[in-house]
Amino acid sequence: MSEISHPAPMSRREWLMSDRPQSRLQARLGRAYMTWRRFSANRLAVAGLGIILLLILVAVFADALAPHSPVIGNLAGARLLPPGSEGYLLGTDDQGRDILSRLLHGSRLTLLVIVLVAIIAAPIGLLVGAVSGYAGGWVDAVLMRITDIFLAFPKLVLALAFVAAMGPGIQNAIIAIAITSWPPYARIARAETLTVRNSDYIAAVRLMGASPFRIVLRHVMPMCVSSLIVRVTLDMAGIILTAAGLGFLGLGAQPPLPEWGAMIAAGRRFILDQWWVATMPGIAILVVSLGFNLLGDGLRDALDPRESGQ
Amino acid sequence: MTLPETTQLAGRRRARANGWAGNALRFLVIIVTTYLGLLAVTFFIGRVIPIDPVLAILGDRAPAHVVERTRELLGFNKPLYQQFYIYVRDALTGNFGTSVLTTNPVMADIRRVFPATLELATFGTIIGSLIGVPLGVLAAVKRGSIADQIVRVIGLVGYSVPIFWLALLSLLLFYARLKWVAFPGRIDIVYEYSFTPVTGLYLIDSAWQGQWDVFRDVFRHIILPASLLGYFSLAYISRMTRSFMLNELAQEYIVAARAKGLSESRIIWVHALRNAAVPLVTVIALSYAGLLEGSVLTETVFAWPGLGLYITNSLQNADMNAVLGGTIVIGSVFIAINILSDLLYRTLDPRTRAR
Repeated sequence: MSEISHPAPMSRREWLMSDRPQSRLQARLGRAYMTWRRFSANRLAVAGLGIILLLILVAVFADALAPHSPVIGNLAGARLLPPGSEGYLLGTDDQGRDILSRLLHGSRLTLLVIVLVAIIAAPIGLLVGAVSGYAGGWVDAVLMRITDIFLAFPKLVLALAFVAAMGPGIQNAIIAIAITSWPPYARIARAETLTVRNSDYIAAVRLMGASPFRIVLRHVMPMCVSSLIVRVTLDMAGIILTAAGLGFLGLGAQPPLPEWGAMIAAGRRFILDQWWVATMPGIAILVVSLGFNLLGDGLRDALDPRESGQ
Repeated sequence: MTLPETTQLAGRRRARANGWAGNALRFLVIIVTTYLGLLAVTFFIGRVIPIDPVLAILGDRAPAHVVERTRELLGFNKPLYQQFYIYVRDALTGNFGTSVLTTNPVMADIRRVFPATLELATFGTIIGSLIGVPLGVLAAVKRGSIADQIVRVIGLVGYSVPIFWLALLSLLLFYARLKWVAFPGRIDIVYEYSFTPVTGLYLIDSAWQGQWDVFRDVFRHIILPASLLGYFSLAYISRMTRSFMLNELAQEYIVAARAKGLSESRIIWVHALRNAAVPLVTVIALSYAGLLEGSVLTETVFAWPGLGLYITNSLQNADMNAVLGGTIVIGSVFIAINILSDLLYRTLDPRTRAR
């Protein structure tokens, strides 16, 4: 008889899509499921996600995947071999190094740059924007003026100047890119904060005696995260391109590190006769930043249908 | 008219005058603080980040008395706030110090190289707008079709491609293999001494002087870098045009125009595009500013003697005065374009006009 008192067993899908979630976990999973359904309907976005996952896998298993050493070449027997040569799928560069192995290892540097820039720049922007939007008044005015000043800068040129002063190197390039990329996040976080700061739940938390610090940290900032993630993903391609540009100018990762932009710069001398040396890293950059753009577009459409250009 | 009415009217008029003055004042504050911020950041980069800016100039093997003299000469022994005051005062009069590399005042160098960048970026923006706007309109009108997808892919690739790499490959194809365009540079060495530029914009100068052989040569030099920059801005312009046009095509006045029996092309190109053009002006202005920046990498590949190449050359030689001077100039142009596009938007869009 006990079976009757229980409701009919739901399929997992029905449980996820229920409009009366029984628990917080079910509500969260349900929302994630809906977002995923919207996202996965977009084939290009899924392709973008695939590219990024592939990048991560390649970066993790670069040691196992790479057939040769990324830094030590075979100067005697394998200089500037064309793609498809015996044992060198994408050819070799002027030092006799396997380009494929260098590309595989270079994915680590690319991943390092985007992860670190995101970790540094997004929280700065989030904090500045949330504080600015919640505090209002002169705090808001001052913080937003500073943000606008940085927004008025040409990003690449400012990053160039920073690296010029701090000295070339991948750490300094990352810092320079992070310094130049937080302002849009502050703008977004502020806009989101303004939409929630007068809502009832904030008033309720305030009545319960929460400090402004706690309100911003626990109740305002989480609301900004989803639109911030979309924006950061969309910016990833730009970050990769800026890092590659710095590398191309010799200001990013230093030799012999297999940074893709620096590899293009190194292949520039041979472009007329050994085109593959400069071409292959460029394709890698193009594919990865295309992946981030597709993923970002898909995320934006899935998380925020209002903002999509459809 | 009764007395209260007139006073009310006067009051409103005063309020409007206040509003106008207030707007102008706010604008002025924005310009001044942004520019001061720009200078503060470059000051920070040049004077605070290096452990000792004098050592950065002289190197660590200079004798002590030379270091002391240079420090005094450059005013680096004063407190930072005084240094900043002098820095701002100098920058406002266009004095960015002397370039270590060329031994010229940085401002003189920049004045020499700037027209080259201006010409390149302008030509690039023209190409980008002339192709990008029609592509965006096409994508919006044929929404969801193959044409829309193709435009989308063109734009996505434009967003994702490293421009210096595309520049290298296009040089390989169009210069080395097909021989359609000229060697990197701005003008052939044959004409370098027979041609005297006036404005520094070679295309205009040569056409003005009627030297058509020079004009053809200059065109063969500029067309490839300008097309690349144009592609760069096309990606942005076509995407924005599409979304603005979709917005306009969904409006009721379009339905009304169709009901009146207007031709579809007239509705699209005259009625809808005219309204979409207002925000588009801002987009094109911003992409123009973006090209000034994009030119840094493009100029390096094409050996284009503009501001970008000047900055990167100075970078390689640790010539900080030149780097920061170039940064300030590009930053100032950025600020100016931002403000101009804002003003233009306000005058073009009747809704934002003060009532």
